[in-house]
Amino acid sequence: MAALTADQIQSIEERFPRVFQRPFHKRFGPLMLLGGIFLYLLYALWFFNLPQVMRESHWERLPLFLTQWISYDVQPIFRLDEPQISAKYPRFSVLGPNPDPDWVKTNADGSVTVLIDGTAKSITFTKTQATIIANGETVAVALGTGKPLISGPVPGWTTAHEDEVVADMGFAGEARVAVDRVRIRKRFLGWANFVFDTRSPFFGKSASEVASLIVSGPELKPGTSNLALAGDNIWNNAQWQHGDVWTKLLQTIVMAFLGTMLGGIVAFPLAFFAARNITPSRLVNQVLKRFFDFMRSIDMLIWALFFTRAFGPGPLAGSAAIFFTEIGTLGKTYSEALENIDDKPREGITSTGANGLLVQRYGVLPEVVPVFISQTLYQWESNTRGATIIGAVGAGGIGLKLWEAMRTNSNWANVFYMVLLILAVVFIFDNISNFLRRRLSRTIHDYNRIQAEQG
Amino acid sequence: MTISETAPSGATHQMADAWRRQTSLRRLYTAIGVGLLIIALGSTMWFADEANAGHFFDRLPHLLDFLSWLVPKDWNDVWRAMLDIASPHDTGTQEFNFPLGRSYVWGSFYVPEYFELMLTTLNVALVSTFIGFVFAVPFSFIAARNLTPHPMLRLIVKRFMELLRAFPEIVIAGLFAAIVSIGPIAAIIAIGLHSIGALGKLFYEINENIDMRAEEGLRAVGANWFSRVRFAGLPQVLPNFMSYTLLRVEINVRISTIMGAVGGGGIGEELKLSISRGFGAKTIALVLLLFTTIFIVDQFSAWLRRKLVGEQAFVMGA
Repeated sequence: MAALTADQIQSIEERFPRVFQRPFHKRFGPLMLLGGIFLYLLYALWFFNLPQVMRESHWERLPLFLTQWISYDVQPIFRLDEPQISAKYPRFSVLGPNPDPDWVKTNADGSVTVLIDGTAKSITFTKTQATIIANGETVAVALGTGKPLISGPVPGWTTAHEDEVVADMGFAGEARVAVDRVRIRKRFLGWANFVFDTRSPFFGKSASEVASLIVSGPELKPGTSNLALAGDNIWNNAQWQHGDVWTKLLQTIVMAFLGTMLGGIVAFPLAFFAARNITPSRLVNQVLKRFFDFMRSIDMLIWALFFTRAFGPGPLAGSAAIFFTEIGTLGKTYSEALENIDDKPREGITSTGANGLLVQRYGVLPEVVPVFISQTLYQWESNTRGATIIGAVGAGGIGLKLWEAMRTNSNWANVFYMVLLILAVVFIFDNISNFLRRRLSRTIHDYNRIQAEQG
Repeated sequence: MTISETAPSGATHQMADAWRRQTSLRRLYTAIGVGLLIIALGSTMWFADEANAGHFFDRLPHLLDFLSWLVPKDWNDVWRAMLDIASPHDTGTQEFNFPLGRSYVWGSFYVPEYFELMLTTLNVALVSTFIGFVFAVPFSFIAARNLTPHPMLRLIVKRFMELLRAFPEIVIAGLFAAIVSIGPIAAIIAIGLHSIGALGKLFYEINENIDMRAEEGLRAVGANWFSRVRFAGLPQVLPNFMSYTLLRVEINVRISTIMGAVGGGGIGEELKLSISRGFGAKTIALVLLLFTTIFIVDQFSAWLRRKLVGEQAFVMGA
């Protein structure tokens, strides 16, 4: 491109003053907005004390927690100061009361081998010597001298403490060797005992064994059929609490449904009085509209806390909280829909001498009912999600259970199970509501088209 | 009846019959629908009542008792609680320990506790909306059918945003509470992630409806993807983006209050405490403050949105 001379530049500037000499706020407005946002973020950084929080946070826990969502571990301890080396499992180990896993082997010479990830990551130990194999390297630890001593070089995945040698084997687990005990953590992918817990007579049996027991096996518990027993065992699985989780999930769904429906039923007649084209009294309109605003602005949380105190924790409190919020939200949207209707059908019905109620029924309702239903469905959908959160403050449903499971910081697999259930419910309800709303919007669309065609 | 009979009356009768048949069928369907709805309502009410700790009809007479603790002995305590002024009713209990919450900033000038908590909640909402906006804008251009750099990328981003949207916030908050310690930062991360999904969806739907002629022009002069989005897409959609972001601020103020009640810091925590312990004056002060703040935020955002996109595109919901 040929360069412009100074004269040309000046003449262009003179010809288009609106482009080159814009008012100050237009020229620097966006820049000042960005500057303002930047200053606000600096302030927020200081307000939330972010640098310190970040320094004190434990990001190394994140991958650990995330792996716990989809895996479980078994932690046997081998005492070395007893006559015979044998594995001790925690009392409520996922392996059941009499574990004999094939990854713990007692060799002919009395030493014990634990396969943490096949033979590639394993540990073999006697009372005086432990050999750890991982990542293609072998570490020998002598235990006879009162404290564990590593002979030879120390690879990066082992840490030697004063009284303990820790071998980190990544996802597969770890081994902690001290002079008097060896502690193993072996991690498995998946969810342990998801169907039957360790107390169940079906525990440890394969699917085909369970099926044949149910179909033709002898009664495992006299007086109960095996099918009923299996069902009862699954429902009351102590570790996963399927029964409780599903009941709580149903409570959450019920809370959203009941709250939204009742809200809609109450908001429906009120909306007619709040719409200024239907009820001509300005006073009534304004009072009702402010009432709707009030119900909406007192947040669902406040209602939930109040009703939890009034009715005690449970889905009733949650339903009531959603109900009261929905009166406001649906009342507002309903009355706005009513104010946007076409007046002609109403005039037509009025001209036939119909009374007030009939005018509403035949002149107004056909226009707004699809819109009402669509908005109610939308609220139902979003309340299904909201009901989970207010559940956590005590309003019942799966939210509280979820929050309690997270509080312990050890039950992440259960948390993930509930999250999957919630995601499934939200997904299903989204789709139902979307499908119905699409059908309805087609009805609205057709109606508008016919109206347009008829002028 | 056949058509061979007197023609006009026959046809009229047929029409009337058909109409009657149709309406009676429709009425039957409506009746069945309403009946099902009533059954569903009745059974869910029964279910909710059964599962609740206190039952509806047992607790109903006590509803007024429960409301009576809300009425403070001295209405001036509400203002004292809000502004951290010492109350003459102070007996050393938590119910009236108003001045303890003062946080001094300069000499004897202090910020009352509840205002500080409200500020925390507001800041959580603002910062998380900002996070949502910053990530949702690029995501939305990738996810828009007409502007996407690659269809595969579009699908991935769309699914990712769907997941963020559907994932329960309290799980994210709980997870990060264990990492960055319980408090507002965990709440910001949770609400921010959710906002990315929620805003991203609204944004890409706007993007798909833009006028593509500007984009064609830029494409014709060989502009790359970034320039096309920046100079053809962004100017068209920015007012709508801002409008939805403001709407999101309103929603996020509410969510951050709730997050506070489950340990996310801010006013929600204090409110939960004061309601569960039955501190009348404190509760009213907190509710008043929260109500006023939400009202002001809503009104301000509505005013700004009206300025940005005009009256016509002013829809509630979403």
